[in-house]
Amino acid sequence: MRRRVLPGFGISLGYALTYLGLIVLLPLAALAWKATDIGFEGLVRLLSAPRTLAALRLSVGGALVSALINVVIGLLVSWVLVRYRFPGRRLFDALVDLPFALPTAVAGIALTTLYAPKGWLGRWLEPLGIHVAYTPLGVLVAMIFVGFPFVVRTLQPVLASLERDVEEAAESLGAQRWQTFFRVILPLLAPTLLTGFALALARAVGEYGSVIFIAGNMPRKSEIAPLLIVQKLEQFNYAGAAALGVALLSLSFVLLVLVAVLQRWSNRWTEQAA
Amino acid sequence: MKKIILRLLAALGVACGGVVFAKDVSLLNVSYDPTRELYRDINTAFAAQWKSQHGDNVTIQMSHGGSGKQARSVVEGLPADVVTLALAYDIDAIAERGLLAKDWQKRLPDNASPYTSTIVFLVRKGNPKGIKDWPDLVRSGVKVITPNPKSSGGARWNFLAAWGYALKQPGGNEDKAKAYVSELFKHVPVLDTGARGATNTFAQRGIGDVLIAWENEALLAQRQLGNNAFEIVVPSITILAEPPVAVVDSNADKHGTRDIAQAYVQFLYSPQAQEIAAKNFYRPRSADMAARYASQFPATHTFTIQEVFGDWHQAQAKFFKDGALFDQLVEGE
Amino acid sequence: MNAHARTRAIAWPRRLVHVALIALALVFLVMFLVLPLATVFVEAFDQGVKPYLAAIVQPEALSAIRLTLLVAVIAVPLNLVFGVAAAWAMTRFAFRGKALLGAIIDLPFSVSPVVSGLVYVLLFGAQGWFGPWLDQHGIKIIFAVPGLVLATMFVTLPFVARELIPLMQAQGSEEEEAARVLGASAWQMFFRVTLPNIRWALLYGVLLCNARAMGEFGAVSVVSGHIRGLTTTMPLEVEMRYNEYDYVGAFAVASLLALLALLTLAVKTLLEWRYGDEIPRTRPVDTRKRHGT
Repeated sequence: MRRRVLPGFGISLGYALTYLGLIVLLPLAALAWKATDIGFEGLVRLLSAPRTLAALRLSVGGALVSALINVVIGLLVSWVLVRYRFPGRRLFDALVDLPFALPTAVAGIALTTLYAPKGWLGRWLEPLGIHVAYTPLGVLVAMIFVGFPFVVRTLQPVLASLERDVEEAAESLGAQRWQTFFRVILPLLAPTLLTGFALALARAVGEYGSVIFIAGNMPRKSEIAPLLIVQKLEQFNYAGAAALGVALLSLSFVLLVLVAVLQRWSNRWTEQAA
Repeated sequence: MKKIILRLLAALGVACGGVVFAKDVSLLNVSYDPTRELYRDINTAFAAQWKSQHGDNVTIQMSHGGSGKQARSVVEGLPADVVTLALAYDIDAIAERGLLAKDWQKRLPDNASPYTSTIVFLVRKGNPKGIKDWPDLVRSGVKVITPNPKSSGGARWNFLAAWGYALKQPGGNEDKAKAYVSELFKHVPVLDTGARGATNTFAQRGIGDVLIAWENEALLAQRQLGNNAFEIVVPSITILAEPPVAVVDSNADKHGTRDIAQAYVQFLYSPQAQEIAAKNFYRPRSADMAARYASQFPATHTFTIQEVFGDWHQAQAKFFKDGALFDQLVEGE
Repeated sequence: MNAHARTRAIAWPRRLVHVALIALALVFLVMFLVLPLATVFVEAFDQGVKPYLAAIVQPEALSAIRLTLLVAVIAVPLNLVFGVAAAWAMTRFAFRGKALLGAIIDLPFSVSPVVSGLVYVLLFGAQGWFGPWLDQHGIKIIFAVPGLVLATMFVTLPFVARELIPLMQAQGSEEEEAARVLGASAWQMFFRVTLPNIRWALLYGVLLCNARAMGEFGAVSVVSGHIRGLTTTMPLEVEMRYNEYDYVGAFAVASLLALLALLTLAVKTLLEWRYGDEIPRTRPVDTRKRHGT
């Protein structure tokens, strides 16, 4: 790139870095600083407590599963929205952004109202032995809700731009419809699916507002990690809360890096295939 | 000449004093969740009284939330002139950081708690599970709703009430109390973060057979969520819940509101405020008022924190600290 | 989004697959999106229109609406400027640590809302790093509007940048370079070339940023102090009313937030429909890279 021609490198980068530094990095530095108060032994004790482990497992595991489910459903929904024409398509397309826009507390209350034993959906699920509200399943439902638009919104433009001739070429060569999908389309979509997966995952790991209403919050069963942070705060245990916050953040950061590596790998693979 | 000017100035001063004589004062009362209705009435009454006695207009701003969270906010700089919280431990936490004198609880009568409450059971109409007393809560098939004592002040009272009951049974001891409370929490399907959340779970979502709650909360829920859908069961023995109040010294001094803040907390002990408390389902301290509202508050045996647990610090350390008894109970499954 | 009208007749088994896929997608959308939204409105109008209106015109609700708008009006433009600056630097220049910068921009997405409120308490709270200094100078951040704005900025920071970066990456810098070579000043280039090219993505970013700014709960709850009529935003007002068993009131305020969300989505859809053929050009071709064919 010819640096000389385009203006504003110094000012735009300088501004972005200052802003990020003040709004994101300085506060997170304060968090990390506070977390060191707990000491190495304290950290080991905190992270090896069965309750902490169970909460982290639920937050991270639930986020992973919810992101996976979102990838599958998101692919289906964006496929339908991009490729097919049916009445109300635009309306449904607009609704996809709802979880971005609806306050998490409202979403949590609404989902609980729906899935509680008395609720519109709960009253049908309950006799089937499916308990959603106040179980880990409820946590999953809330996580799917908040992460869903990330997958659809990353997939849609790519699906729309995906060359149809690739598919048609494949078909004309005698490939079955499903073969085209799995052998041609899916590999092309893989990097984008991974981006959507990563974003949905990151969003779900730390989710609090919507989950807290629908989870049963039982220790070791349906207690999420951010709730443990809140409980530590209630006891003025700032160091413990900060340490748990850093642990949660590091976990999701590691997952994001893993996904990025996977993505690079699949990009290369797609390029070779293409 | 000088004298005339001085006199003029003095006259002017008096005149101005007369004109701007009605000052506008504002107080911030940081309270816990269930007191909204109570303090709305108290504030109106107090403002009227202050106006008639001093001529100043008082606006009392309210902040409501979980008791522990509110205490933390005050420590972190929420400029409360007065705190009215669910348990003394939370005000102690503020005192420990030097915002008010450590002996705050001795500065007002009755442990600085102008009103009290007890822990009772809320059951569904007709009491289908036949809940009468603490042992009924651990019968098989009974589901109990109570919030998490780690995050809810109200739930700590619930926990201590259950513990105290078991301890006070014939032949009761620490081990038996532990066994009872441990069994009790096995009957809890949902552990809400706050008392109000637990009531919503029980009343709105229809989860559980019995809600352990403050008496004032149970009475309020009965009225607000009502249509006679719930009944209150008063157990044979329960704890005397004493929600305390205090002036936050350093904030009140900084705002120059100490006098009015002091008058405000003292007003809570006046007959007028005691009646407002009773109307809002808190048990009044004044014997007079208690007699007048006796039908609303059935007699029951109560014990205090001091009688059974020493004080809040000991209770907190023994039961609710990280890794203490409550954590052991829920983790030891 | 041009319609892929297929001229040849579709065989019936395939049509069956189409219908099944559409049905499946719609079932999911209804269960996960339409029903929660409907719940909000059904509960809000549970007692009829009058209590609904009464709940909204209460002074506390009105001040919550004012505060929510105020916070959004400050936080969103700041994040807008940041997003454009960050996207410009990231997509028009090569420099070391670019990948790291991208990761840091995404970071607020993966920070738990509880933590994003807590970090500002650790900085500006009475016990925090700058607490004593602020107190001496009588500056209030936590439990006042600045704290609410900061927490909101943190949470919504990535939205504009996230929307712009892939698009500007895909568009490349040829047009801007040409403008400069032809003698345009920096600002002329920006307003005549760059801005028209990115305006739709920019608008999407701003709309989403704004929606999230108005709806943020967790982070704001930590720094608000919950003083009724002073530091309570709409989502906090919803929670407080819910906790006061005022369900109609809670859902009435919630329905206003949902309406704001729907309005945002409607504006977006309207723009897509009105300028439908322009938008695909200015939307990201691919979020990460273009596929060479």
